[in-house]
Amino acid sequence: MLKIKDLHVKIDGKEILKGINLEIKPGEVHAIMGPNGSGKSTLANVLAGREDYEVTKGKVSFGGEDIFEMAPDERAKNGLFLSFQYPVEIPGVSMVNFMKTAVNEHRKHKGLKPFTAGEFLKFMREKKELVQLNSDLANRSVNEGFSGGEKKRAEIFQMAMLEPKLSILDETDSGLDIDALKTVATGVNALKTTENSTIVVTHYQRLLDYIVPDYVHVLYKGRIVKSAGKELALELEEKGYDWIKKENGDS
Amino acid sequence: MTTETKKYSATEDLAGLYTSNIALFESGSPEFMNAARKPAMEEFLRQGIPTRKQENYKYSDLQEIFNRDYHVYPSYVAREMQLNQVFKCDVPELDTNLVLIVNGWYYHQNKELNLPEGVIIDSLSKIASEKPELVEKYYSKLAKTNEDPLAALNTMLAKDGLFIYIPDGVVIEKPIQVINLLHSKEDSFATQRNLFVAGKNSQAKVVFCDHTLTSHHFLSNNLTEVFIEENANFDLYNLQNQHNQSGNLCSVFVSQERSSTSVVNTASLHGGLVRNNLKVELKGEYAEANLFGIALADSDQHIDSFTYVDHMVANCRSNQIFKNVLDEQATGGFTGRIHVQRDAQQTNAFQRNSNVLIHDDARMRTKPQLVIDADDVKCSHGATVGRIDEEALFYLKSRGINDKEARLMLMLAFTHEVIQEIRIDALRERLDDLVEKRFRGEISHCHNCMYHCC
Repeated sequence: MLKIKDLHVKIDGKEILKGINLEIKPGEVHAIMGPNGSGKSTLANVLAGREDYEVTKGKVSFGGEDIFEMAPDERAKNGLFLSFQYPVEIPGVSMVNFMKTAVNEHRKHKGLKPFTAGEFLKFMREKKELVQLNSDLANRSVNEGFSGGEKKRAEIFQMAMLEPKLSILDETDSGLDIDALKTVATGVNALKTTENSTIVVTHYQRLLDYIVPDYVHVLYKGRIVKSAGKELALELEEKGYDWIKKENGDS
Repeated sequence: MTTETKKYSATEDLAGLYTSNIALFESGSPEFMNAARKPAMEEFLRQGIPTRKQENYKYSDLQEIFNRDYHVYPSYVAREMQLNQVFKCDVPELDTNLVLIVNGWYYHQNKELNLPEGVIIDSLSKIASEKPELVEKYYSKLAKTNEDPLAALNTMLAKDGLFIYIPDGVVIEKPIQVINLLHSKEDSFATQRNLFVAGKNSQAKVVFCDHTLTSHHFLSNNLTEVFIEENANFDLYNLQNQHNQSGNLCSVFVSQERSSTSVVNTASLHGGLVRNNLKVELKGEYAEANLFGIALADSDQHIDSFTYVDHMVANCRSNQIFKNVLDEQATGGFTGRIHVQRDAQQTNAFQRNSNVLIHDDARMRTKPQLVIDADDVKCSHGATVGRIDEEALFYLKSRGINDKEARLMLMLAFTHEVIQEIRIDALRERLDDLVEKRFRGEISHCHNCMYHCC
């Protein structure tokens, strides 16, 4: 599904990712953890195609194709989804219209006929139920005036609508109370199949109680310094990131 | 009816055009209109055609657009063609009281309208002569010739235009649609003078649609005075869609009495040079003014809006949103002046000017001006000039929407904030559609007339 080889990335001339290697197979859930500033969000954003980043070295293939040859919208249509850490408010663009446009772009890409208005509304109703989104959010402007929890739930709703092959959840737990966290995790789990994969980017172990990873990777100073099973997350929770820092020669 | 036309070249000749043809200009007009001409001419000479040196015209030099040979029409020129047939507004579901104005003159074959008793929608020239008592007490009371050279020029040359009178308590359900056509065999200068009176507790909506039907250079100096009496509701929508070889000078003066509400919403889609002057005097307490403007400009279009809201008494509310989208070498200006007079306590005045520059070469100049002489008021204003929001753009693209469509969505969202304030459903939908076509680079003509000159 996704193969990252020796990925180096700079922002404003500063190297943030210094040789990432990672492979994700269909059906797998990978957690990427690490202290602040380790490059977690950079990795998520560079995969989604944000333009401020400069890839200086390395390769990323997604579904067998070079991801850097694809524009952000092409990556999305090929099945990549980024749940934003800070979803953008877009006054004047209704969530319904936004999703209708996006879903129909995806359908066109797959060689399917665009949904009629009626078909689309039915599809949207089903997805809303699946992720337990109350109907109100979909009728408003994209993320405008949404609370932190609403924004994250709206992200998961979009994920449900677009049915991605690979979802990257960038700090989806940040700013959520425990109830909101559970709702979001329930949504993510409801969307899980044996075919699609998930990357959970998080600072804390908490979310991983609800979205259980197959693999946990620790990112530190732009490199993956440790990979193991889900038990690694618990170990990190217990010992904190100082343990990782010490092991890598910092204190 | 004479068909005489007069020519002028140098800008100074405008005053001369009047002084050497006084009889022609006075012919057919009532005494009070003629009495206003000479003082207006003197005021025009004193102030001159605006240049950037005049504070109120800092962002627009009008010399160039005046510096061309135009024909002027001191008398009505009867059109041989049937404009009612040439022009058919194709806005679906827009059922209106339709009035045509040609080169500033009330079209002689306008159809009779089915109106509530006492309502007058007719030629200003005709009503001013036949019923001067209805017109005289309002004429030139808001458009002060000593404050603005375009008002002076208009008053000096004014012959005709539209007169609307709505008696107290009358509600006109159907919008009054005024099609301002410019149609000529040569480059032309048109002067149009409108006067609208909305009586106590009355309601009406007027839609101006400006069109150019021939590809000549046009300059129009259009002036409208609107009197909104106590508790009346009056909407004025202004759809500016002249071609890019034209200059559109449009002044609207509004006065509002107690508890009245106004909407003035201007959409400028085409036009080489567009200058909109809008002044609202809030004279009675609890009056509310809503001023909106949206302008889309590209190539070397220039669009300048000047607003002046005068809070003269307490407890009034004004709300302004003006937006510009400028592409290529287009230039824009916005000056928004709010004056809260000393006794206008509890004033609530809001103003926002937001601008998006699509191209590096586009330029926008904006100047909000707040003059507050009262101490217990709520006023806010803000102006932004920026590019398209890259974060929002990436967000849309990350969901599978391509760059072009994503940009379009953001631009439509930007403009829709103004368009949604239009309180005529069919017009609002059409304008959204016209704006989308304009952004897509498709022809955004508003009607199926035979001329496609934009």
